[in-house]
Amino acid sequence: MTAGTIAPYRSPEKPAKDRFSQLMHAEWTKFRTVRGWLIAMFLAVVLIDMVGLLVVRPNVQCGGACLPNVPTGPGGEAVNDSFYFVRQPLAGNGSITVRVTSLTGQTSQTGGNFGPGQQQGGLTPGLVPWAKAGIIIAASTRQGSPYAAMMVTGSHGVRMQYDFTQDIAGLPGAVSAASPRWLRLVRSGDTITGYDSADGTRWATVGSASLAGLPGTVQWGMLATSPLTFKSNFATYAESGGSVSPTLATGVLDHVSLRGGQPGGQWTGVEVGAGGAGYSGHAVGFRQAHGQFTITGSGDIGPVIGGGSNTEYDTSTVALHLLGVLLGLVVMVVIAAMFITLEYRRGLIRTTLAASPRRGRLLAAKALVIGLVTFVFGTAAVAVAVIVGIWVSRDGGQYVLPLSPLTGLRVIAGTGAMLALASVLALSIGAVVRRSVAAVAAVVVAILMPYILGVTGVLPASASEWILRVSPAAGFAIEQSAPQYHQVIGQYAPPDYFPLPPFAGLAVLCGYVAVALGLASWLLHRRDA
Amino acid sequence: MEATIEVTGLRKRFGSALALDGMSFTVQPGQVTGFVGPNGAGKSTTMRVILGLDAPDSGHALVSGQPYLKLRHPLSHIGALLDAAALQPGRTARNHLLWLAHSQGLGWRRVDEVIDQAGLSSVARRKAGGFSLGMRQRLGIAAAMLGDPPVVMLDEPFNGMDPEGIAWMREFLRSLAAQGRAVLVSSHLMGELEDTADHLVVAGRGKVIADAAVADLIAAASGDRVTLRTSARAEAMTVLTHAGATVAATDRDTLTISGLTPERTVALLTEAGVRFAEVSAHRASLEAAYMDLTRDAVEFRAQPAGTAQEAVR
Repeated sequence: MTAGTIAPYRSPEKPAKDRFSQLMHAEWTKFRTVRGWLIAMFLAVVLIDMVGLLVVRPNVQCGGACLPNVPTGPGGEAVNDSFYFVRQPLAGNGSITVRVTSLTGQTSQTGGNFGPGQQQGGLTPGLVPWAKAGIIIAASTRQGSPYAAMMVTGSHGVRMQYDFTQDIAGLPGAVSAASPRWLRLVRSGDTITGYDSADGTRWATVGSASLAGLPGTVQWGMLATSPLTFKSNFATYAESGGSVSPTLATGVLDHVSLRGGQPGGQWTGVEVGAGGAGYSGHAVGFRQAHGQFTITGSGDIGPVIGGGSNTEYDTSTVALHLLGVLLGLVVMVVIAAMFITLEYRRGLIRTTLAASPRRGRLLAAKALVIGLVTFVFGTAAVAVAVIVGIWVSRDGGQYVLPLSPLTGLRVIAGTGAMLALASVLALSIGAVVRRSVAAVAAVVVAILMPYILGVTGVLPASASEWILRVSPAAGFAIEQSAPQYHQVIGQYAPPDYFPLPPFAGLAVLCGYVAVALGLASWLLHRRDA
Repeated sequence: MEATIEVTGLRKRFGSALALDGMSFTVQPGQVTGFVGPNGAGKSTTMRVILGLDAPDSGHALVSGQPYLKLRHPLSHIGALLDAAALQPGRTARNHLLWLAHSQGLGWRRVDEVIDQAGLSSVARRKAGGFSLGMRQRLGIAAAMLGDPPVVMLDEPFNGMDPEGIAWMREFLRSLAAQGRAVLVSSHLMGELEDTADHLVVAGRGKVIADAAVADLIAAASGDRVTLRTSARAEAMTVLTHAGATVAATDRDTLTISGLTPERTVALLTEAGVRFAEVSAHRASLEAAYMDLTRDAVEFRAQPAGTAQEAVR
């Protein structure tokens, strides 16, 4: 039994290639072989879907018939399309020119809450920023028809707007008799070009719109309209409700000149979308005298925003069905933190590091595995919440703003990615603090607390908004399905809107993940296991 | 590359406590090297340094000539059992071995082999949380053997094992050495390594205080003594003292003789017609040899060596 007589041992096994995928395989095996962790992942899915789908009660009385008949624009988006239209038909090409000398407004005293059935009340003077008066060429008087318009606005100068979502600035400044605005629209086939001028002689092009599928004969003429004003009930950021009031705008237009079309055509007034998002009453209409038109309208031509604060329709976004994501996230981050803290608690981390001594690689494998697991479970859960949720909403008479397949995909996969990033953040924090309770507490402070502070309205609006920009909770921005429009005033607040654009919010969360992972990796290298 | 562990001049301080103070030794292939010393001597710290888990303040450790952090698929170079309790309780024994196997590019086949080798087949599909310490030790052994490594390092593998398990473990360690593997086994109880270790590294206060073959250590501790059992104690003492030996009565019927070989003792007694029951060369226990060595190095002098002796039983 002396050393000299025995040849050193050599394994008959052929050495396997060293690959990163083997580490990931090992970490995945670790994850899937703890039944509690798998159960927790399914629990997260159930929470996301249960809350997301039960938030709207199916309405057995009227089912889909309860749905408001919200018009949609050429791009498929829900729109407001209510204005007073003084129009005549135009066959073929032509141009319309007017001079606007005055835009005044009134606000209905007794507003209503969100939704239909506002009370008509007394009127007080007051012009809202996006009150509009000007000229328009529209495919028809049907709500949601393609159009292009040149207008003066309450406080945003001259604008060219078309197809509900597009807005181009023209001459700035308010309109008055001393400082009138000249507006012109020229139709050439499907293309409509807008011009403005301060004096009727020197013209500038504002923009050009290509309206696909414009019929040969279109409606053209003059318009006036004025959107709902929104007043929040609280001075907070959260979508805490508020009141809306209809407003009226009166424009005075003269020097109306038409080129093309039928000479000597008669002007007729029509209340497009009558009884829609505006004040409906005897005040609305137009007067024509000595070539001067005085037009009063109420409503808006533009997109409906999430939360429904700029429309009489009761609308929401799919964010409604993502309310369970927060609960799913809590479960996922707890599991993600424990994925490493339990190894420290049991001393298993030594076995792990002995098996894969390159610690950065190990952390990367662990992060990728927990990230992929939470991404897959999260995305699947959110997909069900969104797709089934839209169906449940329709069934329950809750109007959800339509969203394009691409936006839907971004919301679903993006929310899955947000859950994955939050989980990797939790894992990193777990690697730093090495204790389950401390890690979970840190994650809650890092993600949940800012979210709750940001959306519940405990803080002033500016503070809430700031928190949702700079904290890891900014990642929730990826849930926004409806775009924000600068030309539409309303309540852009969680859960429908976040202060950062979707991917910018996700990028903020990514930044935190990168910093936490870097810190975790540094400490993992530096400290004894 | 020869299968070895080489530890050179390791120093490490934890706060005010000096855990390692120039620890150096080499573990050779083909034998079981016992790594012994009182608690706190630095055995576990040394093992963690060998596995790259703890960074020494100075010095270095090599496994088959390479630093641990340079090893690819380290479990095929060295299998280690540091802490048998380091398990996720909810995971079955088989799944615990499976993730470890995957990390080394190994699969089910190898997992089932080591389960057999460690005698865990009947419990492999049970959750490790319900395992006794002895079963956990076997699971740790199985994990250490996954990569079929030429070097095996086990920290206190006898802890919590029943007599049958201890016997199995001894046999197992012997067989590993017989295959030409380098085996390092730590223990704070010398008795466990009796008849198992070929070589001993004795540690105390963070450094090596003895590094020798077991046979040499025992010979040194035994001296040149013969034990005699006889009912005629007085006659035997007279005869033997007369022949020039030093004789001490160690018991009612036992004498310890120095200065005579067993053969000479038998011849003298027979010649004088003194009846005796037994003559044997005195052989010190490994325990006694160890006590001699560590007497100066025991950290807590208030608790003399007796503590360890009690624990042997």
